Amino acid sequence: MSFLEFISQPWPWYVAGPLIGLTVPILLLIGNKSFGISSSLRHICAACLPANISFFHYNWKQEAWNLFFVVGVLIGGFIATRFLANLNPFQLAPATETALRSLGIQDFSGLMPADLFAVSNLFTLKGLFFFVIGGLMVGFGTRWAGGCTSGHAIMGLSNLQWPSLVATISFMAGGFAMTHLVLPFIFKLIN
Amino acid sequence: MQQAPLTPDLVPGGSERSDKLSPSIPTTVSALANLKYLIVGLVFGLVFVKAEIISWFRIQEMFRLDSFHMYGVIGSAILVGMASVYLIKRFDLKTMQGETVRIAPKSFTKGQVYGGLIFGLGWALTGACPGPLFAQIGSGYLVIGMTLLSAIAGTWLYGYFRNHLPH
Repeated sequence: MSFLEFISQPWPWYVAGPLIGLTVPILLLIGNKSFGISSSLRHICAACLPANISFFHYNWKQEAWNLFFVVGVLIGGFIATRFLANLNPFQLAPATETALRSLGIQDFSGLMPADLFAVSNLFTLKGLFFFVIGGLMVGFGTRWAGGCTSGHAIMGLSNLQWPSLVATISFMAGGFAMTHLVLPFIFKLIN
Repeated sequence: MQQAPLTPDLVPGGSERSDKLSPSIPTTVSALANLKYLIVGLVFGLVFVKAEIISWFRIQEMFRLDSFHMYGVIGSAILVGMASVYLIKRFDLKTMQGETVRIAPKSFTKGQVYGGLIFGLGWALTGACPGPLFAQIGSGYLVIGMTLLSAIAGTWLYGYFRNHLPH
């Protein structure tokens, strides 16, 4: 197996997790920066549409490193998909596949279900729920919580901050509630 | 223009670092200095895709308790982060610039519960937290641009209603 074939396989959790964890000391040591991604959304608001809202009036340029970081994430996503893509079919846990099939998902070939995440769904009920309402909740919720999975679950817990544990438990509770209580209704509406 | 006070819970990411930013760095130098963050982000995005963390299906597996993958990723990331922060503090490691490493404490607000629940609901719906959103777009799922725009709008709405929300 060549090196390229080797890294083209999906990476197991025990490789990916520690690499993500290393982002914490790397950012601290190269510039005294605390890891956190959702802040970038606030900087974009501050840069593009601060309006009359005091929450968006600060010197976002001093936090520009965060925007460089997310542009890097985007480029990394491009490189991984374009040059190091997994050659084998996507493997999903059979129980999840069964559950999602019963909800109406049919395409299990890619990383994202093509039934939902297609451009043709932009201006449909599917788009309204999965792009617009979902996105609004991610942006509104992370800012209200003061961080997301990176800022709270990874950075905050790494620094033993109990408010971050509260936030992480709330993230998970919200996710379980959506998956098991709300999603079945949404799929009934859109199908 | 009214300046927002950068108190710990207001500073982006909940960290207080306004005290150690040097405002007089010329733009070209700071853009170059910021390139290192782009490179760290790039590796991060690569890992996101290669470990399939950007997949809506993997997030569903996690919330259906059908796979250990995401728990392994997040759990081992936290353990490595914890060990690193401990070592940095224990041996008083300095930054590349020779500064003492400073991490602002997180102060508790009710937002961590209310906002946290709302984010969790959105996480299971979109299959993405803010980081993977960028990696998904880079991977060619351009339609996620709409999700990102909505997330920016959500952040803006939070700023707009901030004074009326419990904290």
